[in-house]
Amino acid sequence: MSDERAPGFNTMSIHAGAQPDPTTGARATPIYQTTSFVFEDVDHAASLFGLQAFGNIYTRIGNPTCAVLEERVAALEGGTAALAVASGHAAQVIAMHTLLEPGDEFIAGRQLYGGSINQFNHSFKKFDWHVVWADSTDVSSFEKAVTPKTKAIFIESVANPGGVVVDIEGIAQVARRAGVPLIVDNTLATPYLCRPFEHGADIVIHSATKFLGGHGNSIGGVIVDGGSFNWMREGRYPTLSEPNESYQGMILGETFGNFAFAIACRVLGLRDLGPALSPFNAFLLATGIETLPLRMQRHCENALAVAEFLSSHPKVSWVSYAGLPGDRYHKLQQKYCPKGAGAVFTFGVKGGYDAGIKVVSNVKMFSHLANIGDTRSLIIHPASTTHRQLSDAQKTSAGAGPDVVRLSIGIEDKEDIIADLDQALASA
Amino acid sequence: MNHDRYPDDYIRDILDEVKVIAMVGASANNIRPSYFAMKYLLEKGYRVIPVNPGQAGPEILGQLCYARLSDIPEPIDMVDIFRASEAADAVVDEALALDPVPKVIWMQLGVRNDTAAARAEAAGLRVVMNRCPKIEYGRLSGEIGWMGVNRGSISSRRATLSSGRTQRLSLSKTRTVPSSE
Repeated sequence: MSDERAPGFNTMSIHAGAQPDPTTGARATPIYQTTSFVFEDVDHAASLFGLQAFGNIYTRIGNPTCAVLEERVAALEGGTAALAVASGHAAQVIAMHTLLEPGDEFIAGRQLYGGSINQFNHSFKKFDWHVVWADSTDVSSFEKAVTPKTKAIFIESVANPGGVVVDIEGIAQVARRAGVPLIVDNTLATPYLCRPFEHGADIVIHSATKFLGGHGNSIGGVIVDGGSFNWMREGRYPTLSEPNESYQGMILGETFGNFAFAIACRVLGLRDLGPALSPFNAFLLATGIETLPLRMQRHCENALAVAEFLSSHPKVSWVSYAGLPGDRYHKLQQKYCPKGAGAVFTFGVKGGYDAGIKVVSNVKMFSHLANIGDTRSLIIHPASTTHRQLSDAQKTSAGAGPDVVRLSIGIEDKEDIIADLDQALASA
Repeated sequence: MNHDRYPDDYIRDILDEVKVIAMVGASANNIRPSYFAMKYLLEKGYRVIPVNPGQAGPEILGQLCYARLSDIPEPIDMVDIFRASEAADAVVDEALALDPVPKVIWMQLGVRNDTAAARAEAAGLRVVMNRCPKIEYGRLSGEIGWMGVNRGSISSRRATLSSGRTQRLSLSKTRTVPSSE
C-alpha cells in the first residue's frame, strides 16, 4: 500500500506531532497560552483526572502546544512517547524521580555536562539518590559499578565538553545484564546524528535548549520513552509496577503499556514536582526543530572546517573533535554519528589557563557565554566558568582542564568563524 | 494479515465499521485497563456489552453483563478479548459458533494467539492482536497526541472534532501517512 511508506527524517522534523488546528484550521502550531481547559461536564472532568480520557486539564500537566513538541521529538527519536519540561535539568530530575527510591543508586559516565555533574553529586543527594561514577570511555567500568541498588545507567551519546563519542551498545549490554534502563542524554548529537534507541537505550533525555530549538532563545527539556523496558518485571520500579494511591490504586505500567514511563513522568513527576514548559517556549522549540536537519548539516560542516584549521594552528596544542580522521573517537563517531561529529568540541591553547582566558576575551563574532547549540558561534573557557565549581581533578576528568577552550560552532559562513578564531589566537 | 504490524487503514476500517462490541473479560473494577477501555469506547458511541461469568447479572458502566457470548441476545460486530492468550482459543471458538458470526476478533494489548487467529481468519473474520482499541482510537483520531504519544503518522488534514463536544476527536476517513515503526 503506497501510504504505508514511512516519511523521512526531514519530513518528520516538519510534520510530526502537528496537524492543522481542529477548530480554526490554523496551519502553524497555535500557542495555547492558557493555564486551564474547560470540562464538558463533571463526568468528562472525572475521566480526565482519572486518566480514562485523553485530553488537557491544566498546563502544568499537559498543553496542546507542548504536545506538538513532545510527539515531534518522540517521532524523531523513534520512541513511543515523550514529555516536555522546563529544562534539560528538569528532565533529568523527573526521569530519575520516576525510577529511583530513596537509597537507590544510578551509574553515570563522568564525561558529562558540568551542570549534570553538580546536579547528580549534590542536589540528588538530598533525595537520597546516589550517583556512582564510571568512565564513559571504558565499558568495563560500568560493569564494575553495578550493585543490587543500581536502578539506571546514564550517559551522554556525545559527551560535553570533550567531544567523546560513547560506545552506547557496549554500555546498553551492561544495562541489559543488570536489568536496568539505559538513559542517554542525546542533546549534543540530536536524533539527526544519533538515534540511541537503535543502539539499545531505553530512555532518551534532551536539553531542547541546544540544537533541537537551535536558536538560543528558549530553555526546555524532553524525556523520550523508548517503549522497550519491562517495568513490571521484578517490581524494581514501584512507581510503575505498584498500585498508585493518587490514582485510586491504578498500576501505571499495566495501564499504559509501552509508553507507561512517559505517562508516569507526566502524571506523577511533572504533576507533583511542577517544572512545566511554557507553551510559548514549546512553540519556539518545535519551530526550531523544523530546520534541525538543515542546521545540523551546516553545523557539522563548519565544525569540521574549524577543527581542521585549529589542528594546524601554531598556538593550538591539541584538538578533540571526533570528526577528524586521527581522533581517538573517530571510529565510534563513524559508527554512532556517521552524518557528522556535531558542532561542540574542545581544543587546548598553548599557555594554559591565562591563554584560554585571553582567547575568549579577544573574540569579536563568537559570543562568550555558557550555552551551546545556537545558530551563532559560541565560545567558553570551562575551567573559569561552567566547570569552576569542580575540583581540579574533577575538571580534568570531565575534559575541562585549564588550557581547554570549548566551541559551539554556529551556522555563519565558515570563513568568518575561522577568521575570528585566527585573530583571537594571534593576540592570545 | 501480518500480525506484527497492521496498516493504519486496516485498524481504522475496523473501528469505523463496528458498532456493537462484546468485551470478554470486562471488569467492574474502575482501575482495571478493561474498565478504562470500556468507558472510553462507550463514550465514543460504541455499544459495549460486557462478558464475564464472575460478574454476570449486574451492570458494568450501565451495561448488562453476560456470562458468555452465546447469552447475548443481539448480533455482535466485534469480540474484544481481555483474557490471557491461552484463553483466546475458547473465546474464538465460541465466537465462531454465534449466529450471525461477528466480523472482527480483537485481542487486547499483551494478548496474542496465532492459532486462534488463524481459525478466525479462515472463517472470514478480520483479526487484530496485541492492540488496545482505546489506544488505537486515540492514535488514529489524534487525541492521544495530547499525551505526547507518538502516533506514528503525519497528516496535513485537520483532526475531526466530535460535533458539539469539547476536547473530543473522532475517527475520520482522512488517511494519514505512517511516520515510524
